[in-house]
Amino acid sequence: MALAKSLKPLECYGEPPAGVDTANLSGKLIVIEGADAVGRSTQIVQLRQWLEHEGHAVLDTGMARSALAGKGIARAKEGNTLGPVTMTLYYATDFADRLENEIIPALRAGFIVLTDRYIFSIMARAIARGEDPAWIENVCGFGLVPHAVYYLKARVKDLVSRVVIGKGAFDYWESGMDYHFGADMYESFVHYQTKLIGALDKMSSRYGFTEIDARKSPGEIFSELRGHITELNIRKVNGAARPVPIPAPKSRRAAIA
Amino acid sequence: MKSLSTPHRHRGKLIIVEGIDGSGKSTQISLLSRWLRSQGYAVAFSEWNSSPLVRQTTRRGKKKEMFTPTTFSLIHATDFADRTERYILPLMRAGAIVCADRYAYTAFARDVARGVNRQWVRNLYSFAIRPNIAFYFRTPLDVALSRILGGRDALKYYEAGMDLKISRDVEESFKVFQGRILQEYEDMIEEMGFHVIDATQSIEDQQKQMRAVVKREIGRSLRTQVLRAPVLEQNPEHASGAR
Repeated sequence: MALAKSLKPLECYGEPPAGVDTANLSGKLIVIEGADAVGRSTQIVQLRQWLEHEGHAVLDTGMARSALAGKGIARAKEGNTLGPVTMTLYYATDFADRLENEIIPALRAGFIVLTDRYIFSIMARAIARGEDPAWIENVCGFGLVPHAVYYLKARVKDLVSRVVIGKGAFDYWESGMDYHFGADMYESFVHYQTKLIGALDKMSSRYGFTEIDARKSPGEIFSELRGHITELNIRKVNGAARPVPIPAPKSRRAAIA
Repeated sequence: MKSLSTPHRHRGKLIIVEGIDGSGKSTQISLLSRWLRSQGYAVAFSEWNSSPLVRQTTRRGKKKEMFTPTTFSLIHATDFADRTERYILPLMRAGAIVCADRYAYTAFARDVARGVNRQWVRNLYSFAIRPNIAFYFRTPLDVALSRILGGRDALKYYEAGMDLKISRDVEESFKVFQGRILQEYEDMIEEMGFHVIDATQSIEDQQKQMRAVVKREIGRSLRTQVLRAPVLEQNPEHASGAR
């Protein structure tokens, strides 16, 4: 996959999933990537509202939300026995289920698929835990090349303040406590997130991410994202030519109908 | 991470059995593990598809027929990873003999028979520990089929490859699917260094051959490296064992 960047959108990075027809997909696949607590889901909520207002059908999806493996992953994370390879492959299973049963059918139907993280986060977590990058990249090779990957790039110290101010506590898995990267959760968080960010930064040039400075305000980030997505030239509906301000919930419902 | 293709350096030993359904491999590995245990060795047993962490997901997927070839392959690899990380690897490091009923080669045969890319599934399992001995129970398709079809009332959906829509007839689908798996096994013999056991022989003859292979291949290191309970050591020469 040395030429990952030169692949066309909706081609597979490696071998396509067995028995799945990936031809004639007419939708758009848009990925939001970034470390934990960087503000991805806030953006996805707003992007969805905006895109639906514009008349586009949107599917939003994210890690560990598959019908097949979502619950299993949640259960496994409650215990204290989830090893790094097992975790990686559980997430890969979850991703494959969503890709084959949600993402590809939606793309075939012409939807815009907004995904909160993608194979890149699965790979980054594996690499941060010392797994071989070539191994996990090959495992995830059945993934489709997105039209765009927006990488909300932050420094570790920004994440720390977001976690402490926003959530008030460090999360076990976000701190990489399964690997005890540090003496306590803070130290482990810093070391683990540094490794994660390092892995994502490396992927950024390799896979052609569009980097967005996550230190900006949510509003600024949103308009930046909107500008980028507009450039993707998604088919217009009923002359809704220009990006509109974030619509109120009522008008969103009207747009869906 | 090329551990499946390079010999491991752990104190313990890994012995695995492979073959199509109805080849008799489970009977044989069970006999072999009891024979080793009777000599006082620390013996652990790991069965395909048995991780408690993954079990409910697999069960759910099978029951609701949710699997595609890719997710079927990945969930079995997840199961295998859990058993490797939590069970097989630490026990091997501690010096146990781990006996496994089916190993990564089952995925190599079965997933490829389902249409999954051969190289992809090989890479998927590259974290697996290379076995010291891998037995392959060679069985002609019709022999295996008569054992399976005679012994059980209903063939299971995925076991019969019904997800591949080869045939609406379960038995017909099972035959075609198992035939493909058999071919994959046969093609792997040399690449993976399988010890081939003719599974049409009597149970006793097969077991005799297995024990001979074990003595020849790892007999010396069994005495020097593997964990062994000193109390049970009466007369190893005559501890023929299989109860």
